[in-house]
Amino acid sequence: MLKAKRASMYLFLSLAAFVSIFPFFWMIVSATNRSVDVTQGRLLPGSHLLDNLRNLTSSVDIWNAMGNSAKISITTTLLAMLIASLAGYGFEIYRSKAKDVVFSILLLSMMIPFAALMVPLYRMFGKITNFFPTFGIDTPAAVVIPTFTTAFLIFFFRQSTKMFPRELLEAGRMDGLSELGLFFRIYLPTMKTTYAAAAIITFMSSWNNYMWPLVILQTPENQTIPLLISNLGSGYSPDYGLIMMAIVISTVPTALVFFLMQKHFVAGMVGSVK
Amino acid sequence: MKTADSAAGPGSADSRTFRSSRSRRFRSGLVGWLFVAAAVILIAAFYFYPMIQALILSFQTGTGINMKFNGLGNYERLFTDKIFLTAVGNTFIYLLFQVPIMIILAMFFSVLLNDRNLKFKGFFRTAIFLPAITSLVAYSIVFKYLFAPDGLVNAMLMNIHIISAPIQWISDPFWAKVTIIIAITWRWTGYNMIFYLSGLQNIDQSIYEAARIDGASAIRQFFSITIPLLKPIILFTSITSTIGTLQLFDEVMNITKGGPGSATTTISQYIYNLSFKYSADFGYAATVSYSIVIMIIILSFIQFKVAGDRNA
Repeated sequence: MLKAKRASMYLFLSLAAFVSIFPFFWMIVSATNRSVDVTQGRLLPGSHLLDNLRNLTSSVDIWNAMGNSAKISITTTLLAMLIASLAGYGFEIYRSKAKDVVFSILLLSMMIPFAALMVPLYRMFGKITNFFPTFGIDTPAAVVIPTFTTAFLIFFFRQSTKMFPRELLEAGRMDGLSELGLFFRIYLPTMKTTYAAAAIITFMSSWNNYMWPLVILQTPENQTIPLLISNLGSGYSPDYGLIMMAIVISTVPTALVFFLMQKHFVAGMVGSVK
Repeated sequence: MKTADSAAGPGSADSRTFRSSRSRRFRSGLVGWLFVAAAVILIAAFYFYPMIQALILSFQTGTGINMKFNGLGNYERLFTDKIFLTAVGNTFIYLLFQVPIMIILAMFFSVLLNDRNLKFKGFFRTAIFLPAITSLVAYSIVFKYLFAPDGLVNAMLMNIHIISAPIQWISDPFWAKVTIIIAITWRWTGYNMIFYLSGLQNIDQSIYEAARIDGASAIRQFFSITIPLLKPIILFTSITSTIGTLQLFDEVMNITKGGPGSATTTISQYIYNLSFKYSADFGYAATVSYSIVIMIIILSFIQFKVAGDRNA
């Protein structure tokens, strides 16, 4: 009885693991096969990896899209870290009743769906285009500016700041550090893991962001990787090998971030609920 | 610094603390606001200001700059708009089936993985979590091809004789919804599982030991210990999943394009279509946006109520 229970447990978990991994396996294997082989259900690695890569790079500028995505995601992550950690620190360390009220109003913004912001933001950036074209419609800046500050991240930093040993700040004040100096010289180095977790979360969601870039970016030279993949996937006679190659390439950065920083990643997700 | 401290008499130290505590209070007022200022301004500018704009827009009609006041006209239109009603219906179908299936699966996996004697725990955990690292667009395209009429899923199901003819996963109104539900469940179950795992690890094992001594069965333990203690996490995951489902966009855009007809359309996709695909009807799109905001507020409120006391 107990043995049967154990066995069914392993069976169930193996099935779940199989279902979870199979699409990854399929997309990697398909990136090495010709489109015909993919349609015929070939599940073994083929020898067409380089052909697919060549076809891909000659039909779309994937490296440009990767570059755009990298530029946008890295800028978003750096700005998000700075602004959200300053705020999370400010709300917790210089806590006051008025600030707590402002904080809970900020949290309400988490309830606002992006689809509701899309139209007014688009109109707003339409107006900005008239005065500052470098920040207007169809620019990477317009992707970054309205998305990098999130109440979630401020909340995340505030929660983590609750664990921060305040005695360190007193010691720093004794040493004559300014309030901003305390933040950069003491808080920032102490909270490395919090920053790592926050950076991973922000980078991943920025790298994968689809809706806002779809609305605001128009020319192919500016498109980010999700836009490129979406365009490739909406064609009528898809070249499966080529598309899977593109998907594999686009997944490499997030997969690397995940496997290199797995511990921080999980800590970050979980830290946000506590 | 040290020498200056020891050189100062006790009296001067006292007066200094007094002075510094008063000035610190002032500073903590002003400096604190400076720390949070940038974030507050940015959230106000890119969340709350647009929402006010959207509210004004939602009472207007017209295209481009030729907008005119339309009273409650847009809101009345909602109730007779077939596509909108279909989109709301679809969104609720996703919500009612997908969210519970995913949360039960996530909880179930986490309980299995929390077993002390389980081997290959790290492998299973990473494998089940892995879908969460993919971009929504990328996995949607992969699923679109896997579930194509001549795709691998149909081929596999036919090979093991579960079905005799291919299922129209993408082009049949019923199966297209099923495909979307399967896809979202694949992407998010492992993600939610991590929250349950961390919750389970925080439960004191001695509670279970005490229950075992009292003769409680494993199922009884699950329902009377595990579920009540995981309540905050159940609440958290169900609220975030509900908000996520109400905003569903990437998957539907890339797997079915909302079709066949509008059988899989969601509210977010309808807003996008109204604004950027059809004739830029920004006013009505804003009205539809407010309908999601209202639904999110109502559903989150209900979930808080149902879950009861959060400190339980």
